[in-house]
Amino acid sequence: MYADWPLLSLVIWTPIFGGILVLFAGDKEPSGARKIALVVSLITFLMTLPLYTQFSTSTHLMQFVERHEWIAAFNIEYYLGIDGISMPLILLTSFTTVIVVISAWEVIQYRASQYMAAFLIMEGFMIGTFSALDSILFYIFFEAMLIPMFLVIGIWGGANRIYATLKFFLYTFIGSVLMLVALIYMYAQSGSFAIFDFHHLKLGLTEQILIFLAFLVAFAVKVPMWPVHTWLPDAHVEAPTGGSVILAAIMLKIGGYGFLRFSLPITPDASAELDWLIITMSLTAVVYIGFVALVQRDMKKLIAYSSIAHMGFVTLGFFIVFRIVNSGYGEQGAALALEGGMVQMVSHGFISGAMFLCVGVMYDRMHSRQIADYGGVANTMPVFAAFMVFFAMANAGLPGTSGFVGEFMVILASFKASFWIAFLAALTLILGAAYTLWMIKRVIFGEVANDNVAALTDINKREFLFLALLAIAVLALGLWPDPLVDVMHPTINNLLNHIANPKI
Amino acid sequence: MVSMEFIYLAIPLSSLLGALIAGFFGKQIGRSGAHCVTIIGVAVSFVLSLIVLNGIVNEGVAIYNKSVYTWMVSDGIRFEVGFLIDGLTALMMAVVTGVSLMVHIYTIGYMHEDPGYQRFFSYISLFTFSMLMLVMSNNFLQLFFGWEAVGLISYLLIGFWFKKETAIYANMKAFLVNRVGDFGFLLGIAVILMFTGSLDYYEVFDRADVLVSATMQVIPGMDWSVITLACILLFIGAMGKSAQVPLHVWLPDSMEGPTPISALIHAATMVTAGIFMVARMSPLFELSSTALSFVIVIGATTAIFMGLIGIVQNDIKRVVAYSTLSQLGYMTVALGASAYSAAIFHLMTHAFFKALLFLAAGSVIIAMHHEQDIRKMGGLKKYMPITYWVSLVGSLALIGFPGSSGYFSKDAILIAAKNADVWGAGYAYLAVLLGVFVTAFYSFRMFFLVFHGEERMDEHTKSHLHETPAVVTVPLILLAIPSAIIGWFTIDAVLFSDFFDRAIVIFTEHGAMTAVADAFHGSASFVLHGLLPGPTWLAGGGVICAWYIYLKKPQIATDLRNRLGWIYNILDNKYYFDRFNEIVFAGTARGIGQVLWRLGDALMIDGLVVNGSARLVGWISSVARYTQTGYLNHYAFAMISGLILLLGWVVLG
Repeated sequence: MYADWPLLSLVIWTPIFGGILVLFAGDKEPSGARKIALVVSLITFLMTLPLYTQFSTSTHLMQFVERHEWIAAFNIEYYLGIDGISMPLILLTSFTTVIVVISAWEVIQYRASQYMAAFLIMEGFMIGTFSALDSILFYIFFEAMLIPMFLVIGIWGGANRIYATLKFFLYTFIGSVLMLVALIYMYAQSGSFAIFDFHHLKLGLTEQILIFLAFLVAFAVKVPMWPVHTWLPDAHVEAPTGGSVILAAIMLKIGGYGFLRFSLPITPDASAELDWLIITMSLTAVVYIGFVALVQRDMKKLIAYSSIAHMGFVTLGFFIVFRIVNSGYGEQGAALALEGGMVQMVSHGFISGAMFLCVGVMYDRMHSRQIADYGGVANTMPVFAAFMVFFAMANAGLPGTSGFVGEFMVILASFKASFWIAFLAALTLILGAAYTLWMIKRVIFGEVANDNVAALTDINKREFLFLALLAIAVLALGLWPDPLVDVMHPTINNLLNHIANPKI
Repeated sequence: MVSMEFIYLAIPLSSLLGALIAGFFGKQIGRSGAHCVTIIGVAVSFVLSLIVLNGIVNEGVAIYNKSVYTWMVSDGIRFEVGFLIDGLTALMMAVVTGVSLMVHIYTIGYMHEDPGYQRFFSYISLFTFSMLMLVMSNNFLQLFFGWEAVGLISYLLIGFWFKKETAIYANMKAFLVNRVGDFGFLLGIAVILMFTGSLDYYEVFDRADVLVSATMQVIPGMDWSVITLACILLFIGAMGKSAQVPLHVWLPDSMEGPTPISALIHAATMVTAGIFMVARMSPLFELSSTALSFVIVIGATTAIFMGLIGIVQNDIKRVVAYSTLSQLGYMTVALGASAYSAAIFHLMTHAFFKALLFLAAGSVIIAMHHEQDIRKMGGLKKYMPITYWVSLVGSLALIGFPGSSGYFSKDAILIAAKNADVWGAGYAYLAVLLGVFVTAFYSFRMFFLVFHGEERMDEHTKSHLHETPAVVTVPLILLAIPSAIIGWFTIDAVLFSDFFDRAIVIFTEHGAMTAVADAFHGSASFVLHGLLPGPTWLAGGGVICAWYIYLKKPQIATDLRNRLGWIYNILDNKYYFDRFNEIVFAGTARGIGQVLWRLGDALMIDGLVVNGSARLVGWISSVARYTQTGYLNHYAFAMISGLILLLGWVVLG
């Protein structure tokens, strides 16, 4: 019944125009702006649901396609469509935006309508990024979403926000400029900006390697991968809670998505050639960053580092496939690795979002993120403590939570590539538990540390609502990941077939 | 007739339901509501488990192996949640739910003043659910689920009194040490999946020949047998959960938790999950004698050296904890000797008598107003007769007094170790034989110091001493009965019948169990056999030594300690494992973290590259700024110079 509706356009432009509407509502009556924002985000979320329910799992072809001529002179099109790797991320985006709107409700008093508007507009851009099939359209959304995020950190951020925003902007901007060069080069070769035309474009190995490196810089910064990760802890620390949630839950995923949509299919031979580089960077993220997270004193920094370590599994899962296929033990495991990376992205969206919200809940009361300022929070906030321990366990990859699924899949698959890759990746079992539980021990457990902790009040209904929603998501995905994994199969298998054929 | 499928599903779910109600609606249903709902839940599980066990033992119900739901399908691999119900599972289910039910009842008395009453009941019921899912699993995925879930609840329960610094240190330590084991376990599962393409037990066992023929180069140039690699990795998981040296360090500290959970989780059930797992994997372990040697050596080391520490402990719960470590070592030795059924048999008898000993210790602790130092006890016999007698039953079972349950299971292990043929079996036999003396010595040292001799407690405590209430003593009595007699009645069925057929596989070249069967001619003659010179005399010697040193001539204990101060120090510091781990592992990890953060992230990447390039851009622009002076003559000069240079290059080049 939705077949002839431009659903994707609707879910892109509803939040954008809704955001503009919220801007016009202004701050005279902030509760009005909040209500409009909530309604817009809910409508958008509801509109993304048919993308799942009407999704066909029997084809790898793009679905919900919209294709219109846009800038004919350069053969640029308004070309949208989704498959098994973009659809889950769109749902994640619309779900997380609802959570962010609820979480900001009373907390943001300063320019509340603009804050809400920024997130709604950002939502539209992010969904656009995931559904764009024309590379210039992709590029525009990709760049455009930086602007609201830049403003969110710059206006509602902490004391050192200017340094953080500049670092954030320069890092991501430098990466994306190189990507633009690569896109224009491929346009010159193919006469089209459509991503699928790039997929089938014959490229020599040198060309592929240059293009691969250009994409790598763009996407590695976004993920972020070691060693281009240092913007993330600073950005998180300075960002308001909602900014951190969107940053961790969605924006980082665009890097991972880019690898699947661009790097692997466009430059398969270069990817195979340079997989050692990505695997090294990923494992470094898991191990090196795991150790760094252990010694953090600021909770947000700790979670930011933990994000980098967890995203290491995403890139590891994506680029381990060449070694699995060539392992001599059969090809089984390659799809497991790719799907594991995808599951890890979705799961990390829930868990890191929840962890940042937990820190936000405490920050709103104590105005501190320092672990040393806390201790014994469970005494005064028992319900909150239960949530935080739950999410911490999910962060440590406990089975039954979503945090387990992706890591499990990637570790199992990576064993086929090499014992030592699996060995290093599996170290996360110990390191992840160590940094997460040590923080929990110091913050949540123990005697009440000081008068500020003694004066804490437990979470209210609104806070309970958004933490409970995320807890349900984390649990549901952990207990039954099949509905998520199932929609990916045709797309992932097609991708594997595609990259198995050399382009040279 | 209700279908068996429904019963199998109801067994774990009724415990889960109790846990959820008590956990989420604890405030609404109140304290009595919480213990009622959880006890009913576990009681249902227990009764149904008995029905299942009875069905398999007496009615020959066929093995059930089916999936409940498909967790995920990826890459053609089915990840399922499902049940495998055979003799091994049914026995474990009955033990787990039985001990759990006793502990639930006991908790009413032990925790009745605690503000976290409902939470506690919710946790222990949730634990029962997780443990049931672990033992009922028919695949590695669910095994790992249960494995980590019991670890989580152990974490929550050790840190139940979360204001206590030692408790929240102990629970983190327990979780992390277990994670080291799980690290190996997960890699072991990965080996199996990648070589057999399945996680289902039966499918993996059917394809085990793939594992045998394959080799892997873990270290370049060295071909390792995949089956050995897989088994050792899996066993590392068992070493964490079942607290085998050197991953045993968490178990003594776990005594920081409330006593009922020490009995349930850290003695009777969870810590035996590793033993259960290896027995379940017997079709794989049988294929690698290298792995079996590894298992038997680790088990023997744990059995003797942890027992020795028990001698110098003064905390009543820690003595029992080291005894648990030592007994887990016995079970592991049995596994390594290919006497899997003997290991499970000892697991069962140990579950009863060790839960009994812990709960009895808890009863003493209640009476002593939470004093746990046995040096401050003594002469409790006359104040607490029930606790006294059940403790005696438990201690006799532990040391293997002829006829008690522990006698049958321990003697089976001793015979098996003697007749085992894998490398390291000689060492193992020596260790478990000496262990018999050590066990008797520390057990009765504690028993005499607590219940006999001089009353060393202060007057205030003494004036309040009395037997604990019925909710405490009734579970003790109910556990004392099987501790005393269950061995006599079940040894034949468990060890020598076809009860474990299909569940446990033993290759004919591993003859330890055959030797045990040859030595067995009915329970009565087995007991008579024990009266001959041998292990029983060693145990008797241990009891007599303990009596002489700690009751008759207490001066000797002091003298010995002074004379053998260095041995005492080594034992008192538990062979320095904790200090080593704290300095080497924890310290190094924090050090590496600091170095990587300060040098790697802050100095190199941010300082040099990021801010460095920003500074470079700034410097270039500050230099470039000097060229923009705004004076026309400067620009004219630059233009003319440039023109001359250009011309010169064109003309001369």
